[in-house]
Amino acid sequence: MHAIHLTIVLAPLLASVIAGLAGRYIGRAGAHWVTILGVGVSAVCSVLVLKHLMFDGGTVENYTLYQWAVLDGLSMEVGFLIDRLSAMMMVVVTFVSLMVHIYTIGYMHDDDGYQRFFSYISLFTFAMLMLVMSNNFLQLFFGWEAVGLVSYLLIGFWFKKPSAIFANLKAFLVNRVGDFGFILGIAGVVYFANTLDYQTAFGAAEAMSGETMVLFGDTAWNAMTVICILLFIGAMGKSAQVPLHVWLPDSMEGPTPISALIHAATMVTAGIFMVARMSPLYEYSEAALAFILTVGAITAFFMGLLGLIQHDIKRVVAYSTLSQLGYMTVALGVSAYAAGMFHLMTHAFFKALLFLAAGSVIIAMHHEQDMRKMGGLRKYMPITYWTSLIGSLALIGFPGFAGFFSKDALIEAVAHAHHDHSTTATWLAYWSVLLGVFVTALYSFRMFFLVFHGKERMDEHTRSHLHESPAVVWVPLALLAIPSAVIGWFTIGPVLFGDYFAGAIVVRPDHDALAALGADFHGPAGFVTHALKTAPLYLALAGVATAWFLWLQRPDIPARLAVRLAALKHLLEQKYYADALYLNVFAAGGRRLGRGLWSVGDRGLIDGLLVNGTARAIGFIGNRARHIQSGYLYHYAFAMVLGLTAMLAWVVWR
Amino acid sequence: MDGYWLSALIWLPVIGGLALLFLGSGDRGDNPYSRLGAPLALAISMATLVLCIPVVNAFDSANAAMQFVERQPWIGAFNVWYYLGVDGLSLPLIVLTAFVTPLVIIAGWSAISRSPAQYFGAFLILEGLMIGVFCALDAMLFYVFWEAMLVPMFIIIGVWGGTRRVYATIKFFLYTFLGSVFMLVSLIYLYLESGSYSLLDFHALPIGATAQTLIFLAFLFAFAVKVPMWPVHTWLPDAHVEAPTGGSVILAAIMLKMGGYGFVRLSLPIAPDASQSLAGMMIALSLIAVVYIGFVALVQKDMKKLIAYSSIAHMGFVTLGFFLLWPILAHSGSTNGAALGIGGGMVQMVSHGLVSGAMFFCVGVMYDRMHSREIADYGGVANTMPHFAAFMVLFAMANAGLPGTSGFVGEFMVILSAFKANFWYAFLAATTLILGAAYTLWMVKRVIFGDVANEQVGELTDLNGREYFVLGVLAVAVLLVGVWPDPLVDMMAASVEQLVTQVSQSKL
Amino acid sequence: MMSIGLGHYLTLAAVLFAISIAGIFINRKNVIVLLMCIELMLLSVNYNFVAFSRYLDDLTGQVFVFFILTVAAAEAAIGLAILVVLFRNRRSINVQELDAMKG
Repeated sequence: MHAIHLTIVLAPLLASVIAGLAGRYIGRAGAHWVTILGVGVSAVCSVLVLKHLMFDGGTVENYTLYQWAVLDGLSMEVGFLIDRLSAMMMVVVTFVSLMVHIYTIGYMHDDDGYQRFFSYISLFTFAMLMLVMSNNFLQLFFGWEAVGLVSYLLIGFWFKKPSAIFANLKAFLVNRVGDFGFILGIAGVVYFANTLDYQTAFGAAEAMSGETMVLFGDTAWNAMTVICILLFIGAMGKSAQVPLHVWLPDSMEGPTPISALIHAATMVTAGIFMVARMSPLYEYSEAALAFILTVGAITAFFMGLLGLIQHDIKRVVAYSTLSQLGYMTVALGVSAYAAGMFHLMTHAFFKALLFLAAGSVIIAMHHEQDMRKMGGLRKYMPITYWTSLIGSLALIGFPGFAGFFSKDALIEAVAHAHHDHSTTATWLAYWSVLLGVFVTALYSFRMFFLVFHGKERMDEHTRSHLHESPAVVWVPLALLAIPSAVIGWFTIGPVLFGDYFAGAIVVRPDHDALAALGADFHGPAGFVTHALKTAPLYLALAGVATAWFLWLQRPDIPARLAVRLAALKHLLEQKYYADALYLNVFAAGGRRLGRGLWSVGDRGLIDGLLVNGTARAIGFIGNRARHIQSGYLYHYAFAMVLGLTAMLAWVVWR
Repeated sequence: MDGYWLSALIWLPVIGGLALLFLGSGDRGDNPYSRLGAPLALAISMATLVLCIPVVNAFDSANAAMQFVERQPWIGAFNVWYYLGVDGLSLPLIVLTAFVTPLVIIAGWSAISRSPAQYFGAFLILEGLMIGVFCALDAMLFYVFWEAMLVPMFIIIGVWGGTRRVYATIKFFLYTFLGSVFMLVSLIYLYLESGSYSLLDFHALPIGATAQTLIFLAFLFAFAVKVPMWPVHTWLPDAHVEAPTGGSVILAAIMLKMGGYGFVRLSLPIAPDASQSLAGMMIALSLIAVVYIGFVALVQKDMKKLIAYSSIAHMGFVTLGFFLLWPILAHSGSTNGAALGIGGGMVQMVSHGLVSGAMFFCVGVMYDRMHSREIADYGGVANTMPHFAAFMVLFAMANAGLPGTSGFVGEFMVILSAFKANFWYAFLAATTLILGAAYTLWMVKRVIFGDVANEQVGELTDLNGREYFVLGVLAVAVLLVGVWPDPLVDMMAASVEQLVTQVSQSKL
Repeated sequence: MMSIGLGHYLTLAAVLFAISIAGIFINRKNVIVLLMCIELMLLSVNYNFVAFSRYLDDLTGQVFVFFILTVAAAEAAIGLAILVVLFRNRRSINVQELDAMKG
């Protein structure tokens, strides 16, 4: 098995290096073939690994690949932990990545940086696999930052666009703020457990939870709470949770395939995966879980609202992603890690599908992304239309579709959560995810109706060229639509209520909300019928109906609402002033501080006063002193005699 | 392994460099012998690098004692010896020196038009003297190499430098010389106390608390200036800006390491108790270097200044790592984690040598074409120099401490160690993740990315073969150390752990 | 009858020395006078040597005088040579004008 694991990781890396360094020699077709081959091999092997674990009775593999460094008794290694959690992520990552690779052939067809793009996305696949397959914190951090790097490179792929290179710098820096917390969290683990290895650290979790550390004054903090919150700050950066969410909408400056792959399906879910992976630690800190729950709830609801006023098709999907990431985070916060991971998996499929469908629309519209200039595309692009519909239904949680199972289970888990000391957070989270269902349906179908139904608002030239995208584009859509529609049926049982994650995810019995649900679970069909009796389904349907009424039947109402609720609209358009705050306070403030320190500290005090000041003082004294040098011999002789006399006097009368 | 390996490493480049000086001044047109300068210098520096191979091979990394020891009487009257030896603390730096010098010579191959033979000669002499500093085990020998090294550097900046080179050289010389004089006083005091100039005897010499404090402060003057630590850092940006590319590279890659090396070879083992009592101050200065300088670097308009400031911030990690031992000891009662700090500092020095050297090369590549270092004069270089842009982004990422590059290794270890000492040390140190990325990538954004900013950028030509080679070799080294630092860490581990044991014992 | 003792010689030497110093200070016209004053100063020193030599009955002092006389002669020769070159260059031996060492 070890050779297969290594193949999974190295095939995309090798393909990326070939496409990147030899791109000029192997040409465009060579670049896409070699990378698709690499990722394809990786995907097949991942499926083999999953099959081996699930059906062939394979055991969890945890081994060291090579020793990175060892110092001071701390062994820093690179190794793999292959259990069902990582196997699931590997399959999701490689499958979505493969789809995106194929799709890219069509999407980037005319781009000059064709080979470079393929090299980057293969490199991303490698980095993401390193992240999910890691068995230690060091490699986790490597993968964590490496996916950030590729994300940086890909957001700024069109580096001539000022907005793109602004967005990629912003994405990297905001992620770095998260990583700042993350590395401190890792340092905390090393401090208390003296290891970077997952299993050893998890084994020490109970002992760690008894430790305290003093941060401010005399208050002792629970060590586990501090570590878990620090690690989660990393997840907030990577998974774009409020208040570190600002980079994700801007990341839409990158080409659409990477929005699907990186900024919807895989990289942004790394934070969710990480917390699930660290569940043995998080289970020991109720405070950290409450923190996670609150952050997730805020993200889930308020980011969804922003999706309502966007006109850019990709930005709607981006805010939807933010909101769905909030859902997953909420699941983590109530210790329903399996529900979070389940939603992550279904979300990866349907959100990748939605992004790629949006990309397909964008190709057809000649790179126009404004929904106000679309409409009625249904008859021109039937495949895109139907796959989008499947994706949207999955997203809003229509019964039977993949998103339904994961989201409904998630909401139920929140309802059953046992947070004895954080009832407010649980209450907040419950209402956020519940109302979020309505908002989700509203913005999803607003987009759907604005794009595919209604009046055709594009100009004549565009309309005359409208046609369905080529096969390399629609085949991935179709292939992604299948799991988006049906995967929930097969997986909900084992993943949520079975023993799929046994051993990989640890939940303390008194936290286990899913166990309570599991008692009432009687197969997926029963789950569907049960949903007919609960609120989320009707909220979703109400959302669709509202969207249909507002944007198809009476398009004048949204316009009038916008005037009526101008203040609210302004707040939403300003994205709750988060960007303004960061740009004006942190970015500009940092530069001002730097300029102040430089001109006052370095140039004024140190160089001006101390260094050049010393030189000036010496010059000043010398200038005065040189007037003693008259140049006349007799003055010097006189000075000599005076000096001699003084010395003699000193000797005689001492 | 016996033999005169270290002497060969020192004197081969020095004698070779002196020989090159006799090729005479004048550019290639005036003086036909000038043409020989670059190939001869490359041959000599490559020979020095090759000489390192058997030394590294025969080096026993499990042994913390001095190896390849050479000892000959030098000045009998004062008990001064020609005494050389290496351990895990000095060998990586020697290899780094021997590795970077050939690259500097290749980089200057055609860029230097004025008296090239003498330029390369100066670099070879400098190389030998720097290796001498890392090898010397006799305090006088150490001091001689330490001071002699200033002369070629002074000449390199003063002769081949930019427009304000005179100000920069004098500032550089006075700063460093002022520091060294205090060191000399301490060394003489230690000689009077111990009757020997051997550094190893100094290490074993018991010294009182006051004397230790004075010795430590005197050493601090010398080493803090070299590192450089805040607030004696202002010579560095000026020296870098005025120095020719090769000079900047050597200055950043090797000369700054002298300061760090001085701390581990002299300050810590000679004055452990003073180090303990002053550790708080040293850590404060290091953290100021990381945070304060990070902000200052953010607003620099000159690329070389920006990289120079980032060097100061990175070297802050080195000194931070070196002095974490005492807070860790005070906090936990054991030295567990201290070796991580010192080792991290050592790795950081090697990594910084590669990364900042590479960054200065990158600026040099652009400067050779545009004759400007101002960020504002650039923009969209990636359009005309795509291969160069790829290298620059790689090195920028390494400068920002991305895992997988060498820049991460030392920072990671030091942060882990700092957390063991105090959460807030680690907190402030980790701000470099944000600040380092901010100043480096903001520069990259303004210089490399964007649309072609002006006609000159539009006419840029991509890397030539020599530049490709230099940057490629550095890129491989940066990635190799980042992906597999074990050989490097293993080389120094025994010495670092022995240093921790030695230093944690009081000398009073 | 007052006998001439060591004190008288020393006084004479001191007077000569003082005159020579005064000559160096007060003279502002002529470099030659400066040279003469220096010679006079050496002479006063010689007086001291001889006087003490006689007083202590030690011939070393008188041997030293011979050395000084030789040096004085050489000095006078060199001094005059410098003087000649100086005059050739500057057309003046006026001390007041010789301020090339002014700071």
